[in-house]
Amino acid sequence: MTNQSLNQTLDHWSRFTLRQRLMRYGGLALTLLIVGWALSSIDVIWAWVWDAPSQMADLFGRMMPPDPSNLPSILEAIWQTVNIATLATMIAVVVSLPVAYIAAQNTTPNKFALWVGRFILVSSRSVNTIIWALLFVAIFGPGIVAGIVAIMFRSIGFLGKLLGEAIEEIDRKPVEALEACGASRFKIVLYAIVPQVMPAFFAVAILRWDINLRESTVLGLVGAGGIGMILQGAIDTFNWPEVAMVLLTILALVVVGEVVSSFLRKKVL
Amino acid sequence: MSTVKDTWKKPPFIANPVMRYGLYAAVAIYFVMTLATLPIDWDRVADGMSRAQRIFSGAFPPSFDRAGLLFDGFMESLKIAILATVGGIAVSVPLAFMAAGNIAVKPVYLLGRGIIIVARSFHPVIVAIIFVKAVGFGPFAGALTLVVYSIGFVAKLLAERIEEIDFGQVEAMRSAGAGFIATLAYAVMPQIMPRLVGLGIYQLDSNLRASAVVGIVGAGGIGATLANAFGRYDYDFALAITMVIVGVILISEAVSGFIRKRIA
Repeated sequence: MTNQSLNQTLDHWSRFTLRQRLMRYGGLALTLLIVGWALSSIDVIWAWVWDAPSQMADLFGRMMPPDPSNLPSILEAIWQTVNIATLATMIAVVVSLPVAYIAAQNTTPNKFALWVGRFILVSSRSVNTIIWALLFVAIFGPGIVAGIVAIMFRSIGFLGKLLGEAIEEIDRKPVEALEACGASRFKIVLYAIVPQVMPAFFAVAILRWDINLRESTVLGLVGAGGIGMILQGAIDTFNWPEVAMVLLTILALVVVGEVVSSFLRKKVL
Repeated sequence: MSTVKDTWKKPPFIANPVMRYGLYAAVAIYFVMTLATLPIDWDRVADGMSRAQRIFSGAFPPSFDRAGLLFDGFMESLKIAILATVGGIAVSVPLAFMAAGNIAVKPVYLLGRGIIIVARSFHPVIVAIIFVKAVGFGPFAGALTLVVYSIGFVAKLLAERIEEIDFGQVEAMRSAGAGFIATLAYAVMPQIMPRLVGLGIYQLDSNLRASAVVGIVGAGGIGATLANAFGRYDYDFALAITMVIVGVILISEAVSGFIRKRIA
C-alpha cells in the first residue's frame, strides 16, 4: 500500500512551477537581449577598450609616488571645501524648514502652498549640483560663493523632502491636545511638531553634511571653489604625482567626515 | 503652594547649560567667521545678475530643434547606465562576499572593505576625469566610472546584507561536506538574491542620473550634449536638455520605485 502511493508521487522536487520558471527564463532572456542591444550599438572604439588596462597601469604608474610638495595649499583648499559643505548645509537646513512645513500634507496651509512646496523640492532635487554650480558661477563669478549657493540649492530639496516625510509621520495627538487648549498655530508647531521631528531633523542634517562634503570636492572643476580647483589645475598640467596627492587628501577627508558624522549621529540620537 | 512654579518651560535640548551655550556660541562664531571671510565681490554679483538674465532670456523658450541629437544623447546615457549596472553588479557580488565579515577571512575582509571605501569616497565626476584621461573621451569612460560608482553602493549594502544572513543553512551545507563555492551558491546566494535584485534596479536608476553628470567632463551620454550646448552658448537647447533630463529622472524614479515595491 505504501509502495503504491510512493509510485504515484513525483520523484523529484522543484522549487518553481512551470509558469514561474518560464517567467524567470523570459526575464533573463529579456535582460540579455537589452544588454546585447546596448553592447552592440554603443559608440565605443573597441581598440581603446582592449588597450584600457595598460593605459590605466601607465597612468597610475605616473602617479607614483604622490608628490607632497604642494601640501600646504592642498590643505588650505580642503579647509575651504569643508567650509563650503558646512556653511551650505547650515543655511540649507534653515531654508528647508519652511519648505518642509508647506510640503507636508498635514501641516500645509492650503493646496496651493502644497504644490509650491513640492515644486521647490522636485526642481531642487532633479538638477545636479554641478549644473547648479555652472549656473551660479555665471552669476557670482568663479569662487567659493558660487559653490556654497550651488550646494545649498541642491540640499534644500533633499532636506525638505525627508523632513516633510518626518512631519507627515508625526503622532497627531499632541497637535490635537494643543488645538483643544486653544494654542496658536506657531505654538502648535513649536511644542507639538518640532519635538517630534527633532531626531529626524538632526539625522537628516548630518547625513546631508556627509554627502555635501563629497559633492563639494568636485565643485572646483567648474570653477566653484574648493579642492577641485587644485585637482583640475594638476590634471591640466599633467602633474600626476600631485593629482595622486590630492586624491589621497580627498580620501582622507571623506573618511574623516564619515567618522565625524557617525560620531555626531550617536551623540544626538 | 505659592512656591510652586506656575509656568512651564520646554526642557532644553542639551541638559548641561555650559555645554549648551558653549555649543551655540561655537556654532555662531564659526558661522559668522566663515561668512565674514567669504570673498563676495558685490560688483561682480551685480554684473553677474545681468549675465544670468542674459542666460535666462537666451534659454527661453527652450528649443527642441535638434531633438535628434537630444534623443541620441539619451540613448547613449541609457546604454551606459545599463552596461555599467551589469558590470557593476558582476564586480560587486564577489566584492561583497570578500567584504562580509562572517564569510571572508580577515585579510580578504580588510581588502574588500578597503576597495569599497575607495570606490565610495570619490565623486563620480572625479572618477570620470581620471578615466577620461586614461581611456579617452566617450561612453566607455562613462561606463567604467559608473561601474566604480555602482561598486561603492551595491557592494557595501550587499555585504551588510550578507552579514545579516541566517547562518543555519551555511552550517547545514558545511556539515554535509559541501565546498566553499557550493556553500556560497546554495546557502548564501538564495538569501541575498531579493536584496541584490532590489539594489540592481535602484542602481540602474541611480546610474542613469549620474550618467547625465559624468558626461559634462567628457564621459559621453546626454551630459556631453549638455556641456556642448552650454559651451556654445546654446542656452535654449541647454534648457531643453535639462528639462528632458528632469523628466526622464522623474519617470525612471517612479518606475524603479514601482518595481522595487512589487518585488519587495
